[in-house]
Amino acid sequence: MKRVIVCMKPVPDPKAWDRLKTDPVSKTLIREGIPSVVNPLDKHAVEAALEVKDFFGAEVVLLSMAPLDTRPVLREVLAMGVDRAVLLSDKAFAGSDTLATARILAQGIRNIGEFELVLCGNFTLDGSTAQVPSQVAEFLDIPNVMHVCDMKIPKAGHLLLTQKIEQGFVKLEAEPPLLLSFTKEANKPRYISFMEILAAEKREIQIWDNAFLNIDKTLIGLEGSPTQMADLLLQTKQRKAVKLTGKPEEIARELADKIHQLGII
Amino acid sequence: MDFLMSEREELLRKSVREFAESEITPKIEAMEKTGEFPVELMKPMAKMGITGIIAPPEFGGVGLGYLARTIALEELSRVCAAISMGVQVHHMAIFALNDFGTDAQKQRYIPPLAKGETMGVVAVTEPSGGSDVVGMQATAEAKGDKWILNGRKCFITNSHTSDFWVVIAKTAEGAKGLSAFIVEKNHPGAKTGRVEHKVGLRGSNTGELVFDNCEIPKENILGQEGGGLAVALKTVSEAGRTGMAATALGIIGACLEEAAKFASERMLYGKPISSLQAIGFYLAEIFTELDICRLLCYRASWMKDQNMRSDTENAMAKSYTCDAAVRCARKAVEIHGSYGILQEYKVQRLLRDAVVTVPAGGTGQIGKVVLARAALAPYKKK
Repeated sequence: MKRVIVCMKPVPDPKAWDRLKTDPVSKTLIREGIPSVVNPLDKHAVEAALEVKDFFGAEVVLLSMAPLDTRPVLREVLAMGVDRAVLLSDKAFAGSDTLATARILAQGIRNIGEFELVLCGNFTLDGSTAQVPSQVAEFLDIPNVMHVCDMKIPKAGHLLLTQKIEQGFVKLEAEPPLLLSFTKEANKPRYISFMEILAAEKREIQIWDNAFLNIDKTLIGLEGSPTQMADLLLQTKQRKAVKLTGKPEEIARELADKIHQLGII
Repeated sequence: MDFLMSEREELLRKSVREFAESEITPKIEAMEKTGEFPVELMKPMAKMGITGIIAPPEFGGVGLGYLARTIALEELSRVCAAISMGVQVHHMAIFALNDFGTDAQKQRYIPPLAKGETMGVVAVTEPSGGSDVVGMQATAEAKGDKWILNGRKCFITNSHTSDFWVVIAKTAEGAKGLSAFIVEKNHPGAKTGRVEHKVGLRGSNTGELVFDNCEIPKENILGQEGGGLAVALKTVSEAGRTGMAATALGIIGACLEEAAKFASERMLYGKPISSLQAIGFYLAEIFTELDICRLLCYRASWMKDQNMRSDTENAMAKSYTCDAAVRCARKAVEIHGSYGILQEYKVQRLLRDAVVTVPAGGTGQIGKVVLARAALAPYKKK
């Protein structure tokens, strides 16, 4: 295996979600002032890529489409042991839906060059569509396996995959080139070591804009997005008090029923 | 001046925080019950670079320096101060060996510490106390090609989790009569004594070392004969006080988080108690103490990284931060009301841990003696 590409999305830090606002016109999230973190499932994709690197010595390239100020997030992934990073960043990319995003990522992958595997998280914490990995695979015309909860590579070019489905698991055998998207059960992402923090300072983050990628502007950004957000509402959590009345045994019965209905027991 | 942390330091903080939250948190309950340090964490901490953070790369360390160490200890302590305590003393041993050791001693003893194969110990304190270093009773006598050690060391952090110890003993009378030695636990006559059960920092191992006609090779003297006081004082000042201060700093950070979280959730009179001014003032005080202590701790460590003399700043960071940790933990407990004294709530542990930081690593009062001396120095009559 020579090269593995990992897609990563910097997402708004869940700890700051109560400060998130949406743009009233584009209905997209306003990210200014909200710190970005690595999309949690993408860390599992990174770990899977690094395991391939550990066993086969493959080059691991990080690919991300995000604003320039997310470079520290890319640096964090580089410090996990990734060899280099490519950041696709251009105002023309803003407002892209999943299809336009996948088109941009696929073009980024083509420009990185030959690869055996493209690895992604199963979905992102902010969008949660889980559409992008399959769309990227489609643009690249390669097979794609979602919900990968285990990956074994007994020899280069032969993958044993376990796919998590609603009622069980599917065992698959596959050959590269492939796009895989991982669930959190796939592995335990490694902690960043101080040695890797120092090493990552010397690793390159290339910035590619659309002048470099050369994608037709009508196919990217808001204009190139066939789906538009109608509205975006943030979930709020509130405590709710319910007063039960009646005889003690009736209250106890009703309480037990409610706890059962809520799925607590 | 620049008060901004670098990208490197921010990333280091984040990585230690993630590690501590995920790997240390599940160990705390057992640590509190047994009083034992989870030595199995040493290897993963070594893999991250925590154990060897101040050790030079040629001896298996990372060589990131003292500000990085303070941030790492602060983050460990934010989750569990007992872990930070064990690690900071571990660093003290690396400091002593690196500053005073011969090349052969460094080659032999620093790599196993940096790699987390064993834990570091610096043994100064005796049953009669630790502040009066010159008054210690333990002796070392030259006999042929060996040193013969006799005496006891007590309140020694990592005493039972280490394979070798840096020990200070008397080779002659007076301040120039102390010498430092590297004693391996399998040297004849070297023994571990009782294990102490502390009110706080319970998961850090504290105990006795006993030397009963203990024979150690002649070459295991650390530094010059008669240079033991310098080993003790420099190690305590430059690694011990800053490490203890960082441990207390982590406790204060945890106090603020726990108190603010509880005050925002606990309802009284139909509103969260954070809206009550009395609670708000407590939170403001903890918030301010955290910032004061951060500045003191980071300055002292930064000065060490710049090779500046920082004995006064180390003593200030240590004595102020450890006292502040007790004040903040007490306020955090009070904010919790009766919940604060329940074992299920973290704040009671924070208070117990904070109390132990005050006498540890050079007492707060000795720190203030250093500070008083520095304050009076310009006015000293010749």
